[in-house]
Amino acid sequence: MADLSAFQAWIAESARTLGEQATYLTDLDRAIGDGDHGSNMDRGFSACAELAEAEEFPSVDAYLKKVGMVLVSTVGGASGPLYGTFFLRLAGPLAAPGEIGARQMGQALRAGVDGIVARGKAERGDKTMYDAFAPALEAYEQAAAEGRGLSDCLTAAAGAAREGRDATEQMIARKGRASYLGERSAGHLDPGATSATLLLEAAAQALR
Amino acid sequence: MKKFLNDPQDVVREALRGLALAHPRSLRVDLERRIVLRADAPAPGRVGVVSGGGAGHEPLHTGFVGVGMLTAACVGEVFTSPVPDQILGATTAVDGGAGVLHVVKNYTGDVLNFEMAAELAHESGVRVEQVLVADDVAVEDSTWTAGRRGVAATLLVEKIVGAAAEEGADLHRCAELGRRTAARAASMGIALSSCTVPAAGRPTINLGPQEIEVGVGIHGEPGRARVPMAPARELAALLVEPVLADLAPARGEPVLVLVNGFGGTPLLELHLVFAEVVPLVQAAGLVVARSLVGSYVTSLDMAGCSLTLLRLDDELVRCWDAPVDTPALRR
Repeated sequence: MADLSAFQAWIAESARTLGEQATYLTDLDRAIGDGDHGSNMDRGFSACAELAEAEEFPSVDAYLKKVGMVLVSTVGGASGPLYGTFFLRLAGPLAAPGEIGARQMGQALRAGVDGIVARGKAERGDKTMYDAFAPALEAYEQAAAEGRGLSDCLTAAAGAAREGRDATEQMIARKGRASYLGERSAGHLDPGATSATLLLEAAAQALR
Repeated sequence: MKKFLNDPQDVVREALRGLALAHPRSLRVDLERRIVLRADAPAPGRVGVVSGGGAGHEPLHTGFVGVGMLTAACVGEVFTSPVPDQILGATTAVDGGAGVLHVVKNYTGDVLNFEMAAELAHESGVRVEQVLVADDVAVEDSTWTAGRRGVAATLLVEKIVGAAAEEGADLHRCAELGRRTAARAASMGIALSSCTVPAAGRPTINLGPQEIEVGVGIHGEPGRARVPMAPARELAALLVEPVLADLAPARGEPVLVLVNGFGGTPLLELHLVFAEVVPLVQAAGLVVARSLVGSYVTSLDMAGCSLTLLRLDDELVRCWDAPVDTPALRR
């Protein structure tokens, strides 16, 4: 079960790990994009991490909505609208009062990932963040169906995200700036799938 | 990296400060939101024309804000699209009741952020239409990609819709004209060297001393192929052939020829390239009716250039010839 402070810890942990990995993400992006994914994510999540100190939030959903808005307003590129939409949609199913368990978080993740698909129009195999999010959501829902707790479900999701991320290495990009490279995009991990995996790993650590 | 910098993180804001100081009478610059506006905006009843994108392509877009061209431009981080708040701010600031046209380069980030801004503008009662510019023939255009990149034809679209808006054309008409212009233009670029993003501090692509990148984009992203350096005559052919193959213009058709520098190539060389391009275009049976040579849609300090051809018709010629008074284009 997770409460507001756990969600704030998730964002803080995401900001920390994205800050630590900013150069790595930028290097991945330099290979197939324009080399700014790390600095953009770092800037956005640093702004989100400061939120908890600057403002008090009445509920988890109010907080996540604000996180989404801040990401939309600070990240830029394609990642800003996509991650922003993810957190804005995540908020909906978490609006009920009380602590959040595996079932509710599963509904939220589905809403968030659906939001990314609606905004980015990505499909599996396009070599995008969705290639990490899609298997993560499946693994989460399967673990939840087996009656496992929030922490276990998120751990399963993070593991599946890692596999999904690794599989992007061989894919040919069909969305985003990497798509302009065509076959030359193969042989590189997708930076979006990599940052998505970092976010889900942070969730597995913080939401329990 | 040797560049004129104070703090690499602050390069965009500091540059905008300079732009504001250089054009105090004609521009209003919102440094906080990174919006550059015509000083006289909004004009009641006149369509606003808003464009924007990452910094690093100067003078695009901020240099084209003024009479007969853009009403406002929003600037993102270097090579990163502006965010919806900025675009919405520019859109509402220039709406004189006749609606606002967004001119958007076809990059996923720009498209998504302009799309979100347009949704928000609609909610606040501002009519918005969009023209998407996707002129780069170096990349495949299929349902399996994000489409072509929008590159130097963006400036042609901005000039032509800006003229129409200035004349009082309505939003629908401006959008139609912009889409027609975008559909009739094609571009191809070659990089002789990489650009260096200030925050990254090192070259984006590693080109050997005798290597060039054919089909490069305006962010230094790789293109079609890497080939050995060659004389300008041969490079001009590498630019002209794919553009002609894509546009398939009719013989005798008038065209506008734009040779655009990427930021690190002097005008001397751009004119030299232009001299090589013209006979190739004429040999294809086309009439060079209008031309523009210079660095207009750049990629920071990248050496290289692009060729854009626009198939003209009478209305496009009239709009192209219409008066314009902006920091970077004046007639």
